[in-house]
Amino acid sequence: MSVFDIVFCIVALVTIGSAAIVVLSRSLIYSAFALLFTFFGVAIVYVMLGADFLAATQVLVYVGGILILLLFGVMLTHRLYNLNLKTETFQLIPGLLIALAVFTSLALAATQTHWKRVEKPVAATTETIGKLFMEEYLLPFEIASILLLVALIGAAMLVRRRSDA
Amino acid sequence: MEALLKLLSDNVAGYGSLASPLQYLLPMVLASLCCIALVALFPIVAVYAERKVAAHMQDRLGPMRVGGWHGWAQTIADGIKLLLKEDIIPSEADRVLFKLAPLVVFAGGFASLVVLPFGASVIVSDLNIGVLYVVAISSLGVVGIIMAGWASNNKYALFGGMRAAAQIVSYEIPAVMAILTVVIPVGSLSTQEIVRAQEGGWLGIGNWFIFKPVTAVAFLVYYLASLAEVNRTPFDIPEAESELVAGYHTEYSGMRFAFFMLAEYVNMFVVSAIGATLFLGGWNSPVFGGPVAFMLKSVALVFVQFWLRWTLPRLRVDQLMYVSWKVLLPASFVLVILAGALAVR
Repeated sequence: MSVFDIVFCIVALVTIGSAAIVVLSRSLIYSAFALLFTFFGVAIVYVMLGADFLAATQVLVYVGGILILLLFGVMLTHRLYNLNLKTETFQLIPGLLIALAVFTSLALAATQTHWKRVEKPVAATTETIGKLFMEEYLLPFEIASILLLVALIGAAMLVRRRSDA
Repeated sequence: MEALLKLLSDNVAGYGSLASPLQYLLPMVLASLCCIALVALFPIVAVYAERKVAAHMQDRLGPMRVGGWHGWAQTIADGIKLLLKEDIIPSEADRVLFKLAPLVVFAGGFASLVVLPFGASVIVSDLNIGVLYVVAISSLGVVGIIMAGWASNNKYALFGGMRAAAQIVSYEIPAVMAILTVVIPVGSLSTQEIVRAQEGGWLGIGNWFIFKPVTAVAFLVYYLASLAEVNRTPFDIPEAESELVAGYHTEYSGMRFAFFMLAEYVNMFVVSAIGATLFLGGWNSPVFGGPVAFMLKSVALVFVQFWLRWTLPRLRVDQLMYVSWKVLLPASFVLVILAGALAVR
Protein backbone atom coordinates (compact mmCIF):
# COMPACT_ATOMS: atom_id res chain seq x y z
CA MET A 1 0.00 0.00 0.00
CA SER A 2 1.57 3.24 -1.11
CA VAL A 3 1.33 6.64 0.57
CA PHE A 4 -1.14 7.67 -2.13
CA ASP A 5 -3.48 4.80 -1.20
CA ILE A 6 -3.28 5.60 2.52
CA VAL A 7 -4.08 9.27 1.91
CA PHE A 8 -6.94 8.28 -0.36
CA CYS A 9 -8.38 5.95 2.30
CA ILE A 10 -8.29 8.69 4.95
CA VAL A 11 -9.92 11.20 2.60
CA ALA A 12 -12.57 8.68 1.56
CA LEU A 13 -13.35 7.86 5.20
CA VAL A 14 -13.74 11.53 6.12
CA THR A 15 -15.90 12.21 3.06
CA ILE A 16 -18.21 9.25 3.59
CA GLY A 17 -18.30 9.74 7.36
CA SER A 18 -19.30 13.39 7.09
CA ALA A 19 -21.80 12.53 4.35
CA ALA A 20 -23.36 10.02 6.75
CA ILE A 21 -23.66 12.76 9.39
CA VAL A 22 -25.36 15.00 6.80
CA VAL A 23 -28.02 12.34 6.22
CA LEU A 24 -28.38 10.83 9.68
CA SER A 25 -27.95 13.77 12.08
CA ARG A 26 -31.10 14.83 13.85
CA SER A 27 -29.99 18.45 13.99
CA LEU A 28 -30.14 20.45 10.75
CA ILE A 29 -27.21 22.64 11.76
CA TYR A 30 -24.86 19.65 12.18
CA SER A 31 -25.97 18.33 8.81
CA ALA A 32 -25.13 21.68 7.22
CA PHE A 33 -21.70 21.98 8.85
CA ALA A 34 -20.85 18.34 8.08
CA LEU A 35 -21.32 19.20 4.40
CA LEU A 36 -18.15 21.32 4.71
CA PHE A 37 -16.05 18.19 5.19
CA THR A 38 -17.89 16.30 2.46
CA PHE A 39 -17.25 19.07 -0.07
CA PHE A 40 -13.59 19.30 0.94
CA GLY A 41 -13.18 15.54 0.70
CA VAL A 42 -14.57 15.56 -2.83
CA ALA A 43 -12.21 18.44 -3.71
CA ILE A 44 -9.24 16.40 -2.45
CA VAL A 45 -10.36 13.45 -4.58
CA TYR A 46 -10.30 15.83 -7.58
CA VAL A 47 -6.77 16.90 -6.63
CA MET A 48 -5.67 13.28 -6.46
CA LEU A 49 -7.07 12.74 -9.95
CA GLY A 50 -4.97 15.66 -11.23
CA ALA A 51 -7.98 17.94 -11.77
CA ASP A 52 -6.67 20.97 -9.89
CA PHE A 53 -8.91 23.59 -11.49
CA LEU A 54 -11.98 21.49 -10.82
CA ALA A 55 -10.94 21.06 -7.18
CA ALA A 56 -10.55 24.81 -6.61
CA THR A 57 -13.87 25.45 -8.36
CA GLN A 58 -15.53 22.79 -6.21
CA VAL A 59 -14.36 24.54 -3.02
CA LEU A 60 -15.16 28.00 -4.38
CA VAL A 61 -18.69 27.18 -5.55
CA TYR A 62 -19.79 24.64 -2.97
CA VAL A 63 -18.04 25.83 0.22
CA GLY A 64 -17.83 29.53 -0.65
CA GLY A 65 -21.28 29.83 -2.16
CA ILE A 66 -23.78 27.03 -1.73
CA LEU A 67 -22.81 25.99 1.81
CA ILE A 68 -22.95 29.57 3.11
CA LEU A 69 -26.36 30.18 1.51
CA LEU A 70 -27.50 26.87 2.98
CA LEU A 71 -26.30 27.91 6.44
CA PHE A 72 -28.19 31.19 6.17
CA GLY A 73 -31.28 29.25 5.15
CA VAL A 74 -30.89 26.74 7.98
CA MET A 75 -30.50 29.51 10.55
CA LEU A 76 -33.79 31.02 9.45
CA THR A 77 -35.67 27.75 9.96
CA HIS A 78 -37.85 27.37 12.99
CA ARG A 79 -36.69 24.20 14.71
CA LEU A 80 -33.07 23.18 14.44
CA TYR A 81 -32.50 20.49 17.03
CA ASN A 82 -34.20 17.10 17.52
CA LEU A 83 -35.94 17.19 14.22
CA ASN A 84 -37.83 14.21 12.92
CA LEU A 85 -36.95 14.37 9.27
CA LYS A 86 -38.74 11.16 8.29
CA THR A 87 -41.73 11.57 6.05
CA GLU A 88 -45.24 10.50 7.12
CA THR A 89 -45.41 7.59 4.72
CA PHE A 90 -42.43 5.48 5.61
CA GLN A 91 -41.88 2.83 2.99
CA LEU A 92 -39.04 0.55 3.98
CA ILE A 93 -39.24 -2.15 1.28
CA PRO A 94 -39.55 0.09 -1.82
CA GLY A 95 -36.90 2.40 -0.41
CA LEU A 96 -34.46 -0.44 0.13
CA LEU A 97 -35.17 -1.83 -3.34
CA ILE A 98 -34.49 1.51 -5.01
CA ALA A 99 -31.32 2.05 -2.98
CA LEU A 100 -30.12 -1.43 -3.91
CA ALA A 101 -30.91 -0.87 -7.59
CA VAL A 102 -29.03 2.45 -7.64
CA PHE A 103 -26.07 0.88 -5.84
CA THR A 104 -25.85 -2.10 -8.20
CA SER A 105 -26.10 0.04 -11.32
CA LEU A 106 -23.42 2.44 -10.06
CA ALA A 107 -21.16 -0.41 -8.95
CA LEU A 108 -21.60 -2.16 -12.31
CA ALA A 109 -20.88 1.07 -14.16
CA ALA A 110 -17.71 1.58 -12.11
CA THR A 111 -16.40 -1.96 -12.54
CA GLN A 112 -17.54 -2.78 -16.08
CA THR A 113 -16.52 0.40 -17.88
CA HIS A 114 -13.25 0.27 -19.80
CA TRP A 115 -11.65 3.35 -18.23
CA LYS A 116 -9.11 5.21 -20.29
CA ARG A 117 -5.97 5.12 -18.20
CA VAL A 118 -3.63 8.11 -18.24
CA GLU A 119 -0.12 7.22 -17.15
CA LYS A 120 1.10 10.72 -16.41
CA PRO A 121 -1.15 13.28 -14.70
CA VAL A 122 -2.21 16.13 -16.98
CA ALA A 123 0.08 19.08 -16.30
CA ALA A 124 -2.31 22.03 -16.11
CA THR A 125 -6.00 21.68 -16.76
CA THR A 126 -7.03 25.33 -16.50
CA GLU A 127 -5.97 26.32 -20.01
CA THR A 128 -7.49 23.22 -21.61
CA ILE A 129 -10.81 23.71 -19.82
CA GLY A 130 -10.88 27.39 -20.79
CA LYS A 131 -10.16 26.65 -24.45
CA LEU A 132 -12.82 23.92 -24.58
CA PHE A 133 -15.38 26.27 -23.01
CA MET A 134 -14.64 29.05 -25.47
CA GLU A 135 -14.34 26.94 -28.63
CA GLU A 136 -15.89 23.48 -28.69
CA TYR A 137 -18.53 23.87 -25.95
CA LEU A 138 -19.33 27.56 -26.40
CA LEU A 139 -23.07 27.00 -26.95
CA PRO A 140 -23.71 24.88 -23.80
CA PHE A 141 -21.55 27.32 -21.83
CA GLU A 142 -23.61 30.30 -22.99
CA ILE A 143 -26.91 28.46 -22.48
CA ALA A 144 -25.87 27.69 -18.89
CA SER A 145 -25.06 31.35 -18.28
CA ILE A 146 -28.43 32.42 -19.72
CA LEU A 147 -30.13 29.92 -17.43
CA LEU A 148 -28.33 31.42 -14.44
CA LEU A 149 -29.23 34.93 -15.57
CA VAL A 150 -32.91 33.93 -15.81
CA ALA A 151 -32.73 32.46 -12.31
CA LEU A 152 -31.16 35.70 -11.06
CA ILE A 153 -33.87 37.87 -12.65
CA GLY A 154 -36.54 35.51 -11.31
CA ALA A 155 -35.17 35.76 -7.78
CA ALA A 156 -35.06 39.55 -8.03
CA MET A 157 -38.68 39.55 -9.28
CA LEU A 158 -39.85 37.39 -6.37
CA VAL A 159 -38.32 39.51 -3.62
CA ARG A 160 -39.20 42.87 -5.15
CA ARG A 161 -41.72 44.94 -3.24
CA ARG A 162 -45.00 45.40 -5.09
CA SER A 163 -45.73 49.07 -5.62
CA ASP A 164 -49.52 48.64 -5.44
CA ALA A 165 -49.55 46.55 -2.25
CA MET B 1 9.42 23.36 -1.73
CA GLU B 2 11.04 21.84 -4.83
CA ALA B 3 14.04 24.11 -4.16
CA LEU B 4 14.20 22.91 -0.56
CA LEU B 5 14.09 19.28 -1.71
CA LYS B 6 16.97 19.95 -4.11
CA LEU B 7 18.94 21.78 -1.41
CA LEU B 8 18.52 18.87 0.99
CA SER B 9 19.46 16.19 -1.53
CA ASP B 10 22.51 18.18 -2.69
CA ASN B 11 23.92 19.06 0.71
CA VAL B 12 22.89 16.29 3.11
CA ALA B 13 24.90 13.13 2.56
CA GLY B 14 22.80 10.03 1.98
CA TYR B 15 19.54 11.97 1.61
CA GLY B 16 18.79 10.31 -1.71
CA SER B 17 18.98 6.89 -0.10
CA LEU B 18 16.09 7.64 2.27
CA ALA B 19 12.71 6.08 1.57
CA SER B 20 10.93 8.09 -1.12
CA PRO B 21 7.89 9.20 0.97
CA LEU B 22 10.27 10.40 3.69
CA GLN B 23 12.26 12.43 1.14
CA TYR B 24 9.12 14.38 0.29
CA LEU B 25 7.78 14.50 3.83
CA LEU B 26 10.82 16.29 5.29
CA PRO B 27 10.64 19.40 3.05
CA MET B 28 6.87 19.48 3.63
CA VAL B 29 7.35 19.51 7.40
CA LEU B 30 10.10 22.15 7.16
CA ALA B 31 7.99 24.38 4.91
CA SER B 32 4.99 24.12 7.24
CA LEU B 33 7.22 24.96 10.22
CA CYS B 34 8.39 28.11 8.42
CA CYS B 35 4.75 29.06 7.77
CA ILE B 36 3.82 28.42 11.41
CA ALA B 37 6.74 30.59 12.53
CA LEU B 38 5.51 33.38 10.25
CA VAL B 39 1.93 32.96 11.47
CA ALA B 40 3.05 33.09 15.10
CA LEU B 41 5.54 35.95 14.81
CA PHE B 42 3.77 38.27 12.36
CA PRO B 43 0.76 38.99 14.64
CA ILE B 44 3.07 39.74 17.59
CA VAL B 45 4.91 42.39 15.58
CA ALA B 46 1.77 43.60 13.80
CA VAL B 47 -0.32 44.05 16.95
CA TYR B 48 2.50 46.06 18.54
CA ALA B 49 2.92 48.10 15.35
CA GLU B 50 -0.80 48.71 15.09
CA ARG B 51 -0.99 50.00 18.67
CA LYS B 52 1.99 52.26 18.10
CA VAL B 53 0.68 53.55 14.74
CA ALA B 54 -2.74 54.16 16.24
CA ALA B 55 -1.26 55.95 19.24
CA HIS B 56 0.94 58.25 17.19
CA MET B 57 -1.91 59.08 14.81
CA GLN B 58 -3.92 60.17 17.84
CA ASP B 59 -0.97 62.07 19.36
CA ARG B 60 -0.47 59.49 22.11
CA LEU B 61 2.55 57.32 22.92
CA GLY B 62 0.98 53.86 23.02
CA PRO B 63 2.60 51.04 25.05
CA MET B 64 5.79 52.42 26.66
CA ARG B 65 6.61 50.33 29.73
CA VAL B 66 6.79 46.54 29.20
CA GLY B 67 10.31 45.41 28.29
CA GLY B 68 11.92 48.81 28.60
CA TRP B 69 12.54 50.36 25.17
CA HIS B 70 9.23 51.81 23.89
CA GLY B 71 7.26 48.91 25.40
CA TRP B 72 8.50 46.41 22.79
CA ALA B 73 7.49 43.36 24.90
CA GLN B 74 3.86 44.44 25.31
CA THR B 75 2.31 42.00 22.80
CA ILE B 76 4.50 39.13 24.04
CA ALA B 77 3.15 39.75 27.54
CA ASP B 78 -0.39 39.97 26.13
CA GLY B 79 0.13 36.69 24.27
CA ILE B 80 1.31 34.90 27.40
CA LYS B 81 -1.65 36.33 29.29
CA LEU B 82 -4.03 34.89 26.66
CA LEU B 83 -2.41 31.46 26.93
CA LEU B 84 -2.76 31.44 30.73
CA LYS B 85 -6.37 32.62 30.81
CA GLU B 86 -9.17 30.30 31.88
CA ASP B 87 -10.87 28.54 28.99
CA ILE B 88 -14.56 29.43 29.24
CA ILE B 89 -17.29 27.77 27.20
CA PRO B 90 -20.78 29.21 27.80
CA SER B 91 -23.05 26.55 29.32
CA GLU B 92 -25.70 27.00 26.61
CA ALA B 93 -23.18 26.94 23.76
CA ASP B 94 -22.91 24.15 21.21
CA ARG B 95 -19.67 22.65 22.56
CA VAL B 96 -18.53 20.74 19.45
CA LEU B 97 -19.00 23.63 17.02
CA PHE B 98 -17.71 26.14 19.59
CA LYS B 99 -14.39 24.28 19.79
CA LEU B 100 -14.17 23.60 16.06
CA ALA B 101 -14.86 27.16 14.82
CA PRO B 102 -11.52 28.85 15.73
CA LEU B 103 -9.63 26.00 14.08
CA VAL B 104 -11.65 26.27 10.86
CA VAL B 105 -11.13 30.06 10.72
CA PHE B 106 -7.41 29.68 11.40
CA ALA B 107 -6.99 26.87 8.84
CA GLY B 108 -8.49 29.07 6.13
CA GLY B 109 -5.93 31.82 6.71
CA PHE B 110 -3.01 29.46 7.23
CA ALA B 111 -3.67 27.44 4.06
CA SER B 112 -3.45 30.59 1.91
CA LEU B 113 0.27 30.90 2.75
CA VAL B 114 1.02 27.95 0.47
CA VAL B 115 1.03 29.97 -2.75
CA LEU B 116 2.56 33.26 -1.55
CA PRO B 117 5.69 33.87 -3.68
CA PHE B 118 8.22 35.22 -1.17
CA GLY B 119 11.06 34.88 -3.66
CA ALA B 120 11.98 33.33 -7.01
CA SER B 121 12.35 29.92 -5.34
CA VAL B 122 10.94 30.74 -1.89
CA ILE B 123 7.40 29.42 -2.15
CA VAL B 124 5.78 26.45 -0.48
CA SER B 125 4.20 25.22 -3.68
CA ASP B 126 3.83 27.02 -6.99
CA LEU B 127 0.36 25.67 -7.82
CA ASN B 128 -0.73 26.46 -11.35
CA ILE B 129 -4.13 27.49 -9.98
CA GLY B 130 -2.40 29.74 -7.39
CA VAL B 131 -4.68 32.77 -7.16
CA LEU B 132 -7.85 30.73 -7.60
CA TYR B 133 -6.66 28.50 -4.74
CA VAL B 134 -6.36 31.50 -2.39
CA VAL B 135 -9.84 32.73 -3.32
CA ALA B 136 -11.29 29.25 -2.84
CA ILE B 137 -9.57 28.36 0.43
CA SER B 138 -10.45 31.70 2.04
CA SER B 139 -14.12 30.69 1.93
CA LEU B 140 -13.25 28.25 4.72
CA GLY B 141 -12.91 31.25 7.03
CA VAL B 142 -16.47 32.40 6.29
CA VAL B 143 -17.89 29.02 7.29
CA GLY B 144 -15.80 29.14 10.47
CA ILE B 145 -17.12 32.60 11.32
CA ILE B 146 -20.75 31.50 10.89
CA MET B 147 -19.92 28.44 12.98
CA ALA B 148 -18.49 30.61 15.79
CA GLY B 149 -21.47 32.96 15.67
CA TRP B 150 -23.96 30.13 15.81
CA ALA B 151 -22.20 27.98 18.40
CA SER B 152 -21.81 30.84 20.91
CA ASN B 153 -25.61 30.94 21.36
CA ASN B 154 -25.41 34.69 21.79
CA LYS B 155 -27.40 37.19 19.74
CA TYR B 156 -24.44 39.55 19.27
CA ALA B 157 -22.19 36.73 18.16
CA LEU B 158 -24.82 35.42 15.73
CA PHE B 159 -25.42 38.87 14.27
CA GLY B 160 -21.69 39.45 13.94
CA GLY B 161 -21.22 36.09 12.25
CA MET B 162 -24.04 36.63 9.75
CA ARG B 163 -22.88 40.17 8.98
CA ALA B 164 -19.34 38.96 8.43
CA ALA B 165 -20.50 36.18 6.11
CA ALA B 166 -22.77 38.48 4.08
CA GLN B 167 -20.00 41.06 3.80
CA ILE B 168 -17.24 38.65 2.80
CA VAL B 169 -19.42 36.91 0.20
CA SER B 170 -20.44 40.27 -1.31
CA TYR B 171 -16.93 41.67 -1.53
CA GLU B 172 -15.44 38.46 -2.85
CA ILE B 173 -16.97 39.17 -6.27
CA PRO B 174 -15.33 42.58 -6.96
CA ALA B 175 -12.06 41.25 -5.51
CA VAL B 176 -12.07 38.27 -7.87
CA MET B 177 -12.99 40.47 -10.84
CA ALA B 178 -10.08 42.80 -10.00
CA ILE B 179 -7.77 39.78 -9.80
CA LEU B 180 -9.02 38.70 -13.25
CA THR B 181 -7.77 41.94 -14.82
CA VAL B 182 -4.25 40.80 -13.92
CA VAL B 183 -4.80 37.16 -14.85
CA ILE B 184 -6.01 38.08 -18.36
CA PRO B 185 -2.81 39.84 -19.56
CA VAL B 186 -0.53 37.31 -17.80
CA GLY B 187 -2.44 34.29 -19.04
CA SER B 188 -1.76 32.24 -15.93
CA LEU B 189 -3.14 31.79 -12.44
CA SER B 190 0.23 30.82 -10.96
CA THR B 191 1.52 33.47 -8.54
CA GLN B 192 5.10 33.00 -9.76
CA GLU B 193 4.09 33.47 -13.41
CA ILE B 194 2.28 36.69 -12.43
CA VAL B 195 5.38 37.99 -10.63
CA ARG B 196 7.65 37.06 -13.56
CA ALA B 197 5.35 38.94 -15.94
CA GLN B 198 6.14 42.12 -14.01
CA GLU B 199 9.94 41.91 -14.37
CA GLY B 200 11.92 44.70 -16.02
CA GLY B 201 10.50 47.82 -17.60
CA TRP B 202 11.31 51.46 -16.89
CA LEU B 203 13.59 51.72 -13.80
CA GLY B 204 12.75 48.08 -13.06
CA ILE B 205 9.27 49.04 -11.93
CA GLY B 206 7.66 49.95 -15.27
CA ASN B 207 6.04 46.55 -15.73
CA TRP B 208 4.30 46.46 -12.36
CA PHE B 209 0.58 46.25 -12.90
CA ILE B 210 -0.09 49.21 -10.63
CA PHE B 211 1.57 51.45 -13.25
CA LYS B 212 -0.69 50.30 -16.08
CA PRO B 213 -3.99 52.11 -16.69
CA VAL B 214 -6.61 49.38 -16.28
CA THR B 215 -4.89 47.42 -13.53
CA ALA B 216 -4.11 50.59 -11.55
CA VAL B 217 -7.86 51.10 -11.03
CA ALA B 218 -8.24 47.36 -10.44
CA PHE B 219 -5.71 47.65 -7.61
CA LEU B 220 -7.94 50.21 -5.89
CA VAL B 221 -10.98 47.95 -6.31
CA TYR B 222 -9.03 44.94 -5.03
CA TYR B 223 -7.63 46.81 -2.04
CA LEU B 224 -11.02 48.19 -0.96
CA ALA B 225 -12.66 44.78 -1.37
CA SER B 226 -9.83 43.08 0.53
CA LEU B 227 -10.30 45.50 3.43
CA ALA B 228 -13.90 44.35 3.62
CA GLU B 229 -12.89 40.70 3.36
CA VAL B 230 -10.68 40.94 6.45
CA ASN B 231 -13.27 43.04 8.32
CA ARG B 232 -11.07 46.11 8.70
CA THR B 233 -12.33 49.66 9.14
CA PRO B 234 -14.16 51.28 7.34
CA PHE B 235 -15.80 47.89 6.74
CA ASP B 236 -15.64 46.48 10.27
CA ILE B 237 -19.38 46.30 10.99
CA PRO B 238 -19.16 42.56 11.85
CA GLU B 239 -17.35 43.54 15.06
CA ALA B 240 -18.76 47.02 15.57
CA GLU B 241 -18.09 47.45 19.29
CA SER B 242 -20.82 50.02 19.87
CA GLU B 243 -23.61 47.73 18.67
CA LEU B 244 -22.33 44.15 18.72
CA VAL B 245 -19.92 43.99 21.71
CA ALA B 246 -17.23 42.19 19.70
CA GLY B 247 -19.08 40.36 16.94
CA TYR B 248 -18.67 36.66 16.31
CA HIS B 249 -15.93 36.16 18.94
CA THR B 250 -17.83 37.82 21.80
CA GLU B 251 -17.99 34.60 23.84
CA TYR B 252 -14.44 33.46 23.19
CA SER B 253 -11.57 33.86 25.63
CA GLY B 254 -8.05 32.62 26.17
CA MET B 255 -6.45 30.39 23.56
CA ARG B 256 -9.50 30.16 21.32
CA PHE B 257 -9.76 33.95 21.20
CA ALA B 258 -6.04 34.04 20.37
CA PHE B 259 -6.75 31.80 17.37
CA PHE B 260 -9.27 34.32 16.02
CA MET B 261 -6.78 37.14 16.51
CA LEU B 262 -4.01 35.15 14.79
CA ALA B 263 -6.35 34.36 11.90
CA GLU B 264 -7.33 38.02 11.57
CA TYR B 265 -3.74 39.23 11.36
CA VAL B 266 -2.70 36.36 9.08
CA ASN B 267 -5.58 37.25 6.74
CA MET B 268 -4.51 40.89 6.77
CA PHE B 269 -1.04 39.78 5.74
CA VAL B 270 -2.34 37.37 3.09
CA VAL B 271 -4.57 39.91 1.31
CA SER B 272 -1.71 42.45 1.38
CA ALA B 273 0.75 39.88 0.07
CA ILE B 274 -1.63 38.90 -2.74
CA GLY B 275 -2.01 42.61 -3.54
CA ALA B 276 1.78 42.96 -3.64
CA THR B 277 2.06 39.86 -5.85
CA LEU B 278 -0.58 40.89 -8.34
CA PHE B 279 -0.02 44.62 -8.61
CA LEU B 280 3.28 45.66 -6.99
CA GLY B 281 5.64 43.28 -8.77
CA GLY B 282 5.95 40.64 -6.05
CA TRP B 283 9.61 39.99 -5.28
CA ASN B 284 10.78 42.20 -8.17
CA SER B 285 12.56 45.36 -7.15
CA PRO B 286 14.98 47.78 -8.86
CA VAL B 287 17.36 47.74 -5.87
CA PHE B 288 17.22 44.34 -4.20
CA GLY B 289 14.79 41.60 -5.10
CA GLY B 290 13.70 38.50 -3.27
CA PRO B 291 11.92 37.90 0.04
CA VAL B 292 12.99 41.25 1.57
CA ALA B 293 11.35 43.28 -1.21
CA PHE B 294 8.24 41.09 -1.05
CA MET B 295 7.92 41.45 2.71
CA LEU B 296 8.48 45.22 2.55
CA LYS B 297 5.70 45.65 -0.01
CA SER B 298 3.29 43.44 1.92
CA VAL B 299 4.04 45.19 5.21
CA ALA B 300 3.59 48.58 3.52
CA LEU B 301 0.10 47.51 2.42
CA VAL B 302 -0.62 46.28 5.97
CA PHE B 303 0.49 49.71 7.21
CA VAL B 304 -2.05 51.36 4.90
CA GLN B 305 -4.71 49.13 6.50
CA PHE B 306 -3.69 50.48 9.93
CA TRP B 307 -3.67 54.00 8.57
CA LEU B 308 -7.21 53.72 7.17
CA ARG B 309 -8.47 52.07 10.33
CA TRP B 310 -7.39 54.97 12.52
CA THR B 311 -8.50 57.64 10.05
CA LEU B 312 -11.92 56.64 8.75
CA PRO B 313 -15.24 56.12 10.55
CA ARG B 314 -17.23 52.91 10.13
CA LEU B 315 -19.79 52.57 7.32
CA ARG B 316 -23.42 51.69 8.00
CA VAL B 317 -24.70 48.31 6.80
CA ASP B 318 -26.64 49.81 3.87
CA GLN B 319 -23.67 51.96 2.85
CA LEU B 320 -21.49 48.87 2.96
CA MET B 321 -23.76 46.95 0.60
CA TYR B 322 -24.10 50.04 -1.61
CA VAL B 323 -20.32 50.30 -2.03
CA SER B 324 -20.03 46.63 -2.95
CA TRP B 325 -22.98 46.07 -5.28
CA LYS B 326 -23.45 49.47 -6.87
CA VAL B 327 -19.93 50.90 -7.01
CA LEU B 328 -17.23 48.25 -6.89
CA LEU B 329 -19.05 45.49 -8.79
CA PRO B 330 -19.99 47.54 -11.90
CA ALA B 331 -16.54 49.16 -11.86
CA SER B 332 -14.85 45.77 -11.75
CA PHE B 333 -17.02 44.45 -14.63
CA VAL B 334 -15.97 47.42 -16.76
CA LEU B 335 -12.33 46.79 -15.82
CA VAL B 336 -12.55 43.12 -16.85
CA ILE B 337 -14.08 44.09 -20.21
CA LEU B 338 -11.31 46.68 -20.76
CA ALA B 339 -8.62 44.18 -19.78
CA GLY B 340 -10.10 41.67 -22.23
CA ALA B 341 -10.22 44.29 -25.00
CA LEU B 342 -6.57 45.20 -24.39
CA ALA B 343 -5.57 41.53 -24.42
CA VAL B 344 -7.08 40.75 -27.85
CA ARG B 345 -5.77 43.95 -29.44
